[in-house]
Amino acid sequence: MAVTDAPRIVTARTAYEDSYTLERFLATGGYEGLRKALSMTPEAVAAEVDAASLLGRGGAGFPAGRKWSMLRKDPVTYLVVNGDESEPATFKDHLLVERDPHQLIEGVLIAAYALQVTQAFIYLRGEFALGLERVQQALNEAYDHGAVGTDIFGSGFSVDLVVHPGAGAYICGEETALLESLEGKRGFPRIKPPFFPAVIGLYGQPTVVNNVETMSNLPWIVLNGGQAFAGLGGGRSAGTRLFALSGHVKRPGTYEVEMVKTTFRDLIEAPVYGGGVTGGREVKAFIPGGVSAPWFGPQHLDLPLGQDEVGEAGSMLGSGAITVMDSTTCMVRAAWRVTKFFARESCGQCTPCREGSGWLERIMRRIEHGGGREEDLELLLDACDNISPGLRWPPQQTTICVLGPSIPSSIHSAIDMFRDEFLLHVKEGRCPFA
Amino acid sequence: MSRFSPEMADRARALVALYPEPRSALIPLCHLAQEQDGWLQVDAMEEIAELVGVTPAEVRGTASFYDMLHTEPVGRYVVSVCTNIACLLGGAEELLAHAEATLGVRAGGTTADGVITLEDAECLADCDRTPCVTVNHRYVGGLSPEAFDQLVDDLRAGRRAEEIPPHGTLVRVRRNGGLRADPSRVAAERAAMAEAQAARAREKAAREQREQEAQGGAGGGGGS
Ligand SMILES: Cc1cc2nc3c(=O)[nH]c(=O)nc-3n(C[C@H](O)[C@H](O)[C@H](O)COP(=O)(O)O)c2cc1C
Ligand code: SF4
Ligand code: FES
Repeated sequence: MAVTDAPRIVTARTAYEDSYTLERFLATGGYEGLRKALSMTPEAVAAEVDAASLLGRGGAGFPAGRKWSMLRKDPVTYLVVNGDESEPATFKDHLLVERDPHQLIEGVLIAAYALQVTQAFIYLRGEFALGLERVQQALNEAYDHGAVGTDIFGSGFSVDLVVHPGAGAYICGEETALLESLEGKRGFPRIKPPFFPAVIGLYGQPTVVNNVETMSNLPWIVLNGGQAFAGLGGGRSAGTRLFALSGHVKRPGTYEVEMVKTTFRDLIEAPVYGGGVTGGREVKAFIPGGVSAPWFGPQHLDLPLGQDEVGEAGSMLGSGAITVMDSTTCMVRAAWRVTKFFARESCGQCTPCREGSGWLERIMRRIEHGGGREEDLELLLDACDNISPGLRWPPQQTTICVLGPSIPSSIHSAIDMFRDEFLLHVKEGRCPFA
Repeated sequence: MSRFSPEMADRARALVALYPEPRSALIPLCHLAQEQDGWLQVDAMEEIAELVGVTPAEVRGTASFYDMLHTEPVGRYVVSVCTNIACLLGGAEELLAHAEATLGVRAGGTTADGVITLEDAECLADCDRTPCVTVNHRYVGGLSPEAFDQLVDDLRAGRRAEEIPPHGTLVRVRRNGGLRADPSRVAAERAAMAEAQAARAREKAAREQREQEAQGGAGGGGGS
């Protein structure tokens, strides 16, 4: 079983009881990456990150170095950290925020320096009550320590950081909705192109938005060099990555593993990771990257955890959330619950997403509760096709953001893989698993 | 009480000062109002509007978008049971049904004694401890029905009050200093923004004037 000897990059400290304190942080190399970065030119820091081939860890997997190079150079630019983490079954940033807030802050400061941004925001979902406290406490300590604020560590570089709470809305994880929310508005995604945040972002100024885990990798990259990071993993997927493993496994949790060299099976079965399926049962299906991702079956277990590898197999690693469903799971119910989530969280700007999600939810509910008809299956696929024409992967988008085109994933997967189960619900007029 | 107390008003102004643009403090101020009153009262929304420079309707319109902001009263404790996919696989629907039965309210409702509001929540990002339950957004772990009943007893008896603060975020930790946004830049940005607003207002006024003149020419004079 492939448990590689790759170093733990973002979770090196999390096992310490006091991992979130400044004392522990400083005793374990904390703020050394920032000191080193400040001794380099901003361009050299950015070059290291580029060399690391660090792919964004928020969901879309866009290379961080490339995103940074797209930042339109204006007198006022902003850096915003996306800590909204609300993709169902995703809980990896939760760990980083609560267990290593200084590492996050150090990463943000390194990025701010490389980008020469003097105002940065850490947007955390409002439900992270403890996480917000931990990050604010850490930030207070960092100010006292001289790591943030005016003339940090005597370098001449000044930067201010603000911890900003969200208030409960999944859509605010979408980066332009997040910026709207940070401006004190409803979280309505903005129409793009033409205006990506790197050109027009917060307050109309160029803005880089990066995920919490993306930022948390930066101290290690600066200390050890981009090449060392790029040497881990394989192909385009460099380094290690956090995977949030949930559902029917013996040891659900967040695990940092080397990309590509580790497979889904390794993660689910290795004793140090998932420890196998609950009750020794079989994997019936699993969701490889958050509920926006199409599902996989047992035949995909030996796929490597790599962005391209999973993409070519017809799904995505997305938010790093892997949910295992064993042989006792009702697939109609699972897909219905996911659909209900989208129906509740659609922001309502686009008709296909707003109306489609509601219709799909009602049809799915009716099938699960025994009131479905055989024609409902075609009706479901047809409605899905109206949201994302062709039902391809990656999906075609007719809406403002990709929440809409993510809705069909679970329904389409469930019907494709478990049509018999749908038909059994219809035939028996009830859920056969209930 | 629903306007900010003097101490809360100071905290509110400090929050506004953190941002290049006051409106950004809108959501943090809503959390602050909920810390004080438990929910967002009309007077509080009016005061927030004044503090960030928008209309009260804009505060309400924004707040109503967000699940954590309550424009109706809620119980002292908001108990959220996640029923999303990982928790569903871990028995969340059964737990929610149990909670509804024992509390005597449907999800969304508040118990008659005003202590508990029950929520059917979306994923709370704690999916390895299922079914996930939070109280005022503090994680209390994955709960069995028995553990849930114990929790409710404890909450009613005030036994978890130390550990579970009232509503609001950053209730126990305040930002304690450091560099605020650079005042000169903030001033410059606010001036630029005010100038842009004024320019838009001038344009609008000019346009209205032109329209009025066009109409006036056709219809002959406007009323008083
Ligand atoms: C509906 C939706 C929800 C999203 N939620 C999150 C989220 O909670 N956290 C996150 O980092 N990115 C989320 N994203 C992705 C962001 O839009 C953005 O790509 C990401 O924050 C960029 O950071 P990265 O390049 O470091 O990954 C979401 C995207 C969509 C369309
Ligand atoms: S796709 Fe859905 S969530 Fe995205 S902007 Fe349109 S309505 Fe809103
Ligand atoms: S699915 Fe319940 S906390 Fe994530």
